[in-house]
Amino acid sequence: MTGRNVQQTLRVNPIACDSHGLCMELLPELVAADPWGYPIIRPGPVPAELLPLARRAVTACPTLALLLIRADDQADPPQT
Amino acid sequence: MGQQGPDGTTRQDQHGQGRLLPGDGTVDLAAHLDLHGPPPFSDGRPGAVSLIDQVDKAGLTGRGGAGFPTGRKLRAVVEAGRRGGAMHSQVGTVVVANGAESEPASRKDRQLLSQSPHLVLDGMVLAAEAVGATRTYLCVHAAAPGGAVQGGGPPREALGGPLREAVVSRERSGLNRVPIQVVEIPGGYVSSQETALVNLINGGRAVPTFVPPRPAVRGAHKRPTLVQNVETLANIALIARYGADWFRQAGDAEAPGTALVTVSGAVTSPGVYEVDLGSRVTDLISLAGGPAADPQAVLAGGYFGGWLPMQALAGLRLSQPSLRRAGASLGPGVIVLLPAAACPLAETAHAVAYLAGQSAGQCGPCKLGLPVLAECMQRIAFGRPGRDLLGSVQQVFALVAGRGACHLPDSAAGLAAGTLAVFEAEVRRHAEQGPCPRVNHPQVLPAPDLVPA
Repeated sequence: MTGRNVQQTLRVNPIACDSHGLCMELLPELVAADPWGYPIIRPGPVPAELLPLARRAVTACPTLALLLIRADDQADPPQT
Repeated sequence: MGQQGPDGTTRQDQHGQGRLLPGDGTVDLAAHLDLHGPPPFSDGRPGAVSLIDQVDKAGLTGRGGAGFPTGRKLRAVVEAGRRGGAMHSQVGTVVVANGAESEPASRKDRQLLSQSPHLVLDGMVLAAEAVGATRTYLCVHAAAPGGAVQGGGPPREALGGPLREAVVSRERSGLNRVPIQVVEIPGGYVSSQETALVNLINGGRAVPTFVPPRPAVRGAHKRPTLVQNVETLANIALIARYGADWFRQAGDAEAPGTALVTVSGAVTSPGVYEVDLGSRVTDLISLAGGPAADPQAVLAGGYFGGWLPMQALAGLRLSQPSLRRAGASLGPGVIVLLPAAACPLAETAHAVAYLAGQSAGQCGPCKLGLPVLAECMQRIAFGRPGRDLLGSVQQVFALVAGRGACHLPDSAAGLAAGTLAVFEAEVRRHAEQGPCPRVNHPQVLPAPDLVPA
């Protein structure tokens, strides 16, 4: 599923996220903290050179809330 | 498929004389069959595209608020079903009819389900056959949200019982070609969000879940699931019978068909009206008896929409694209007329407080951000707002918008920020003179005391 040419983006599952903050420690290039300690992801695809660090942050998240997904799989949350 | 409507006529625009709401009372099964006959069969195969083609040609869009093209949604489920093998097995896909309107100022789904239940049930069967579904669910609120819109219409009792009776009455005539189950969901603003319905059907709570996966790909029972608003499904039932060209006889080119609109606030006859899309907003207000008091603004689209000052209504057409261009929205068909005697800032402060209280508490930015937003709006309406306070609203807007699993935080933040922009002069007056006497006007925007799911 993660073909070489498919760009990937980081997303937070806000339901799963408990603001442990490991992602911002491990990947400050792309993740910042909001005033409550929840992650704000820099928009856009993950630069190739940061992909290994991004994968490490994804693996480190204790609630599995950080996701690397294909950029074309970014479904908007649906409305009612 | 013929070109004529029921009774060989085209629809009329008077209240209670529409396509979806043909009379004032309930259209029972016998009356429904007299009016429309049984739902037609498509060409039989699961995934047959003839109905979907008609829906595409008709230009039908979702009537639940987002206005997404219905044909595309149907196709997405068909394609996901094909990929997953559901279309070729006994398993099938799933259809969920969303009749659990949570928008406090909307009552049109309740009115439609009360008056024309069989049009919705036909639409469920036809949509199910079009997407290869083997199960369908009709979701309604267990008890109606209290404190909704005043005015005529059916009393706010639970719809589940009457709908179950309607489903059973069809059983004997063999009209439920796909099984229909009525599901009652707990009240709450986010409980009717489509992933919340799917989560409830799957045995969870009626709260939104993270997307992806979208329900169209993996929804109820882990199968591709079509979630459609009940008014959309009722329109599908009409398109299947009378065709796309007939459907387009109402409405305009960019927004075909009719829409059910709940008109409330300072109008003489609040209620649900069926009007052609693309008709004038001012004509709809006249249809509702005209203003009952000197009006100052309209909230179009409910809490996902926006305010329009009265001068913005001149020539304005009632449709999703037209209202979006004007900075508001049609939403699920909601128009609230705000009297000049009410304070728009106090109104919005109450509404934002209500929305903050509706957070399911699942997502940090929503759980923590919306109370801050509500507090800011409270102080703007009832205190003396300084620049710092206005800046805070913008900051919270940036911090919560787009950061929830559902659109609740976007809605609350958009309503707050939009209000400060539209009523800039009002904000300035409050800043200079403190709260206006109009903050004591009885609340016009409904903020029912709902317990979150």
